[in-house]
Amino acid sequence: MIPFISKRLFVALCVCLTVSALSFALMFLSGDPAIAIAGSGGRAEDAEAIRIAYGFDRPIVVQYFDWVGSALVGNLGQSIYFNVPVTEIIGNRVGVTLTLGFISFFVALVVAIPLGIAAALRPNGWIDRIALVIAVSGQAIPSFWLGLMSIVVFGVWYGWVPISGAASWQGYILPVIVLSYYAVPELMRITRSGMIEVLGTDYIRAAKAKGLPMRLVISRHALRNAVLPLVSLAAVQLGQLLSGSIVIESVFALNGLGRLAWESLLRSDLPVVQAIILILALLYVLLTTLADILNAVLDPRLRGAS
Amino acid sequence: MIETILDIQSLRVSLPTDRGVLNAVRGVDLQIKRGQTLCLVGESGCGKSLTAMSIMGLLPRYAQVTSDRFEMVGQDLSKKTEAKLAKMRGRDVAMIFQDPTSALNPTLTIGRQLTEGVMRSEGLSRKEADARAIELLDRVGISNPAARLTQYPHGFSGGQRQRIMIASALMGRPRLLIADEPTTALDVTIQAQILQLLGELQSDLGLSILLITHDLGVVAAIATEVAVMYAGRIAECASASDLFATPMHPYTKGLLAAIPVPGVTPRGCELPAIPGRVPGLIGTMNGCAFRDRCAHSLSRCADDPVPQYYPGTGRFVECVKAAEAET
Repeated sequence: MIPFISKRLFVALCVCLTVSALSFALMFLSGDPAIAIAGSGGRAEDAEAIRIAYGFDRPIVVQYFDWVGSALVGNLGQSIYFNVPVTEIIGNRVGVTLTLGFISFFVALVVAIPLGIAAALRPNGWIDRIALVIAVSGQAIPSFWLGLMSIVVFGVWYGWVPISGAASWQGYILPVIVLSYYAVPELMRITRSGMIEVLGTDYIRAAKAKGLPMRLVISRHALRNAVLPLVSLAAVQLGQLLSGSIVIESVFALNGLGRLAWESLLRSDLPVVQAIILILALLYVLLTTLADILNAVLDPRLRGAS
Repeated sequence: MIETILDIQSLRVSLPTDRGVLNAVRGVDLQIKRGQTLCLVGESGCGKSLTAMSIMGLLPRYAQVTSDRFEMVGQDLSKKTEAKLAKMRGRDVAMIFQDPTSALNPTLTIGRQLTEGVMRSEGLSRKEADARAIELLDRVGISNPAARLTQYPHGFSGGQRQRIMIASALMGRPRLLIADEPTTALDVTIQAQILQLLGELQSDLGLSILLITHDLGVVAAIATEVAVMYAGRIAECASASDLFATPMHPYTKGLLAAIPVPGVTPRGCELPAIPGRVPGLIGTMNGCAFRDRCAHSLSRCADDPVPQYYPGTGRFVECVKAAEAET
């Protein structure tokens, strides 16, 4: 187990380095950052002064290591637009996104897994059909439309929940529903297909042949094997939910990371964009690594290999 | 009189399909006495596995099963609820499967898989159950069994896994062991070892075995009784020695003729094969199912019912010609 984990961590570290280099390079993809900061009315001397002030005149490799070095100690640079540390801006926004993401993820799992299992136990039964309708509609309805409609119906007509913002906990109800409705279909379908596949195997027949009650056959023998693909998918889904759906945060006027990224792009506030991309990429690396380790805990065959 | 472990009469299993009702098992009679090994022989799709699954009570939910009699160890299974059938599984009847690599759960230790059944059904403690597991693993030829309990299936070879499956099936001290093609997925030397092991266990434990196979070599190695199945019915049933010495049903004769005999069958010659194909089993069928492939078929072969002939104790043939030839 320990060699497996250390191998996975080493791979994760390599990915982190690549990701940091890529997000650093973003800064220079859109042209000379000094000219961008100087603005459309800036003179050549201003750009030159900015270049020296920000250190853009140094070799790019030096700049990269400088940037990584300060990122490691928690300094992601200064926002060009607000002229305050990027970490401060992100720190103010990350709470909303984390709350929204984790609650939506939890709700999605609680709905998707039991529904997927129930659908798999009787394929083409009525639960399976209802689950299919939920899955298809969840994948077909765009979340911005669902978000707007739910605001109109539950916020405006009935007035049950606030129309926008996260001033109170009620403000999270609609965004959580819309966001988890987006996440449920894939999670449910993979639970269902995994369960159907596992339920057809000989070891399930063997477990039944031992006289184990169906409840134990499912929980002990089937589920553990069926969740393996689900774990990997759930890690990616959680990454998507946490990377702050730009659409959902904009529709519900929640000041989260997604909205910040969108605004910063419009403002050409590149250090903020860069930092958000770096954080989200590292988050994905962390989640997929955790998923791999969890899968190895569940399935002993994975521990020896790779 | 020797105790009858399994007594089935007129077992029918049908499965609804898109193209109509598939009558997979069309009236099978089977009897197994204590200590017997009955081999159920037939080609793929003849209904032998469904027959076994119906004895285990593990048919898919949509399968329709009827029978005139369905008794195991003196108990009428057709009247039992699913919960009561579940209690008999593992204790009265156990099963081993064709592919030992897929019959063990890859995510649970060997020890857990061996002991979970009896810890529930007999209320054994972990220690008692482990002790029985170690004893049985040792008996089936797994070395250093105590240390093996904490290992996972992927650490064992195919032959070892089949031995572990056998040990697992014997944990509940069943009276009847159903083995569905237990050697098909193994290589030939391992096959022989597994068959020998089954034979030894049978005489040691007084076990009855229902062994399903399409391999007449396996039959010759282990069977005391043989039932030849064709298109959902038993064509011929006899003791193993009678069947090999004097096959009576044309299908049995065809099967035996297709086996090359070293030293007798000339090298390079084409082996005789049964012409034609197995009939489809969707919808109803009258007369003898084998008549289209049979060299001796008569017009009467299409009539129902096909005459049955009992030429001696425990022997049974369902064929117009065989019945006429002897009477």
